[in-house]
Amino acid sequence: MPEEIKAHITGVVFQIPTKKGDKVGAGDPVIVLESMKMEIPVEAPRAGVVREIKVQEGQTVQEGDTVAVLD
Amino acid sequence: MNTVLVANRGEIARRVFRACRRLGLRTVAVYSEADKDALHVRDADRAVLLGPAPARESYLDVERLLDAARRSGADAVHPGYGFLSESWRFAEACARAGLTFIGPPAEAVRAMGDKTEARRLMAAAGVPTVPGSPGPIADAAEAVAVAAKVGFPLVLKAAGGGGGIGMARVDRAADLATAFATATRRAQSAFANPAVYVERYLERPRHVEVQVFADAHGSVVHLHERECSIQRRHQKLIEESPAPNLAAAIKDGLTEAAVAGARAIGYVNAGTMEFLVDAAGGFYFLEMNTRIQVEHPVTEEVTGLDLVVEQLRVAAGERLSWRQQAIVQRGAAIEVRVYAEDPDKNFLPSPGTIARLEVPAGDRLRVESGVESGSVVTVHYDPLLFKLIAGGADRDEALARLRAALETTVVEGVRTTVPFLRKVLDHPDVRRGVLHTQMVDQGAFR
Repeated sequence: MPEEIKAHITGVVFQIPTKKGDKVGAGDPVIVLESMKMEIPVEAPRAGVVREIKVQEGQTVQEGDTVAVLD
Repeated sequence: MNTVLVANRGEIARRVFRACRRLGLRTVAVYSEADKDALHVRDADRAVLLGPAPARESYLDVERLLDAARRSGADAVHPGYGFLSESWRFAEACARAGLTFIGPPAEAVRAMGDKTEARRLMAAAGVPTVPGSPGPIADAAEAVAVAAKVGFPLVLKAAGGGGGIGMARVDRAADLATAFATATRRAQSAFANPAVYVERYLERPRHVEVQVFADAHGSVVHLHERECSIQRRHQKLIEESPAPNLAAAIKDGLTEAAVAGARAIGYVNAGTMEFLVDAAGGFYFLEMNTRIQVEHPVTEEVTGLDLVVEQLRVAAGERLSWRQQAIVQRGAAIEVRVYAEDPDKNFLPSPGTIARLEVPAGDRLRVESGVESGSVVTVHYDPLLFKLIAGGADRDEALARLRAALETTVVEGVRTTVPFLRKVLDHPDVRRGVLHTQMVDQGAFR
């Protein structure tokens, strides 16, 4: 089942350490947000394969926005 | 010096404008597109738009700042804290553009910005430093050799920057190689400089700092100490002066070392020498902040002196207006920092719009705020909203006044550190003044 990974805070996409097709473990950072001078990782809720990254570096995301999809 | 541009935003920009008005100086604000309705913009005689919201395209863009100074006729620049305040390149660029930089000489900023160079210079001036490597270490093998002398636990720190970023505690020799690789990588990504050095890890130390001030004519004074042990992630939350339960001999040692250190590097203007004090009363130089600090009002409230006005005077070439003997602490003062952060979620940022803001007013209660009801708190900048500073005849009185003020403080629309600060001020160890820097991280206030 695909699972949407949602941003838990509002911020700007600082880094995308993963790409489509990457295997990730539970707790691995899928994207890193920057908010108020802090870098905050958005982590994979479980192990899986990244099906899609829905954001680009520099983009502002709101809390609750889907940032990636996990297969 | 006639017109001062403040290369900053929020409460510190407003604080500097106030000092300028006291001296009859014209003021220029700069702002990003996100800050066009900000209070600091309205406070100034003139305001110049820098660019888009991201700091690197506005408050961190040296060329745009210099251009704003030219266009507004400013002849001096105050950097505030954060942003470019500790960039020696910015200090130098201001000087080259014929602008008075309201701060120390670029060379002092540069020397203290390199943390290993700062330690070396301070040790040479007789200021105690934490036992560790004399400079950056080349590889894991050198880390092992240094560790044998320094002992465990130790800490690996980035030479190119501070704020606790990239710090790693190491408890055993077996973990050293991995920790060195991680710390090097983090230092490279955070500061574009992989250099890492080793220090002994101090258990439960206090953070005590000394405010120094120097003029360009050879006078150096101190304005006593501030206790800033209540921190989270190496960011201060509460500061006070005097430091509670600090033996007079240790205090004298700190202030003497601070003045000697500032003198040794030819320091000019306001600066802060930060120290760690361990349980045995040993004290060690941590770093020097070559700028005005967030917590400067605490010192102002106990000494009755205006540090920012003095910064402007000294930058204009005047002699210090204070003699050391006349600088005395009267009573006590405590400051809390109110951040747009959620203390229930490990201090995660909480951007949004401030729907309602009520801050108390009263005798010996000072508010330094960059926001009002309706202000938008964006993701782009530091989350500090305002500071509350209470004074009193003694520490208990100041604490009680601050506690009461926090009780009537209302911020709606964003989460803030206010509920957490109330808990801290109620804690028995805080009330009796027994503090150390690891209290927050160890969960003392949960």
